[in-house]
Amino acid sequence: MAEPARAKPKPTPETQHFWDGTAAGELRLQRCDACAHVYFPPRPFCPSCASRKVSVFKASGKAKLYSYVINHRPAAPGFTPPYAIAVVELDEGPRMMSNILDCPQTPEALVLDMKLEVAFEKLDDKITLPQFRPAKG
Amino acid sequence: MRRNQVAVVGAAETTELGIIPNMSQIQLHADAALNAIADAGLKLSDIDGIATAVETPQQIAHYLGIKPTWVDGTSVGGCSFMLHVRHAAAAIEAGLCKTVLITHAESGKSMIGKLPRSTPPDSLNGQFESPFGVFGPPSMFPIPVLRYMKTHGITHEQIAMVAVVQREWAAKNPRATMKAPITVEDVLNSKMIAYPFRILQCCLVTDGGGALILTSADRAKDFPNKPVYILGTGESVETPMVSQMETFNSSRAFKTAGPLAFKEAGISHGDVDHLMIYDAFAHLPLFGLGDLGFMPHEETGKFIADGNTRPGGKLPLNTNGGGLSYMHSGMYGMYALQESVRQMRGIAPAQVKDAKISVCHGVGGMFAASGTIIFTNEK
Ligand SMILES: [Zn+2]
Repeated sequence: MAEPARAKPKPTPETQHFWDGTAAGELRLQRCDACAHVYFPPRPFCPSCASRKVSVFKASGKAKLYSYVINHRPAAPGFTPPYAIAVVELDEGPRMMSNILDCPQTPEALVLDMKLEVAFEKLDDKITLPQFRPAKG
Repeated sequence: MRRNQVAVVGAAETTELGIIPNMSQIQLHADAALNAIADAGLKLSDIDGIATAVETPQQIAHYLGIKPTWVDGTSVGGCSFMLHVRHAAAAIEAGLCKTVLITHAESGKSMIGKLPRSTPPDSLNGQFESPFGVFGPPSMFPIPVLRYMKTHGITHEQIAMVAVVQREWAAKNPRATMKAPITVEDVLNSKMIAYPFRILQCCLVTDGGGALILTSADRAKDFPNKPVYILGTGESVETPMVSQMETFNSSRAFKTAGPLAFKEAGISHGDVDHLMIYDAFAHLPLFGLGDLGFMPHEETGKFIADGNTRPGGKLPLNTNGGGLSYMHSGMYGMYALQESVRQMRGIAPAQVKDAKISVCHGVGGMFAASGTIIFTNEK
């Protein structure tokens, strides 16, 4: 029997640029042209001042570990427990959910505020997930 | 909203709580509703307003045979019923209806006639949270805990004490699902669910329901049970995505709803005799104590660990045993409201002596929504 598939995102017109970015190896955020607010998740207007004049830009990919759980049970389809579900804080401000790659999934190894960098995990030809791993150096 | 203009005149839970394999979800709604209508000494035809969550008002109204002129289908998770109380009180005061029935029920354990919960892959949650392995509330609700602990200096032992103390309350309640005493060691050695939380820090999964009936305070005196007045109310929502909360050091929805209710009630924290804080998971009472303004967040863990919320303590909290030990069918807010009403009527199994003001605070989703109701038995 085939492994149950993990949940896969399906882009919408408002989020397509983000998923095009990860497929191209870029983490893309949006910045308001009127008030400079940087925000996530994607939308074609600024949730701080309502301006529709916003720009997409390539984020640094630098982040730190804001919080996490190490999930044991029940495990989501396609995941082998225990695995960390983290929220990372990007240097640009917004936070996003992520797994932490290339790191033991233990409280000892996962230290709050540790420096992280973006990594791209290709699921198929259309979808590449933005993930994070401990920053090198 | 003006104080004490509307009262709860009927309140009841389903005849059974726990595992109820012989009833579908809508029948659990009906069982609770019929019990509440009997409690109020009313007829079905007296009900002219209906509110419910998850199930639609039309589903429940038609199943019960009610012909409402006011409906509220606010469905923001487990605190929906706090919001229903607030909306119903405003509607009654505005003259839109006279007698409102609020129902909740969930076949959370037996899953009979229960609508599936799903996250579409093109929703924001489906795109930006589901792919990272979240799978139900136990994998999501505790995500803020480690940050909260680090910021406020809270220990694992202090959070474990939440479960220990609530089991002490549950031991006094014949209808509680879990009554055997537990220790901090038991909690910290129980089965790991999602680090840092273990199974004794996660809510139960049960079947059940509850219903409330509200009417104007001037009519409330004519009912068989002591009226319980609505003194203050508050509500808010933040985000359906736990990863997008403004901060993990507190809840914006709690910080909006709670103080709004206190302001409306015109009371201070020292006036509170009895407190319910929806405890889907063991960290919620800490967030609630801090965000409702009882104390700084830094002191919440010690306050509970020192025994202030246990039977005989100065701030009785979650006196039915809570979602951790009493029952949790999926949307626990209704059971918190039921316990506040019992305490104000003076008939709770673990009755707080001479309690006059009860604060009942609910959460919806993973800190997505919040509702606070302050009750009193004095007008
Ligand atoms: Zn802006």
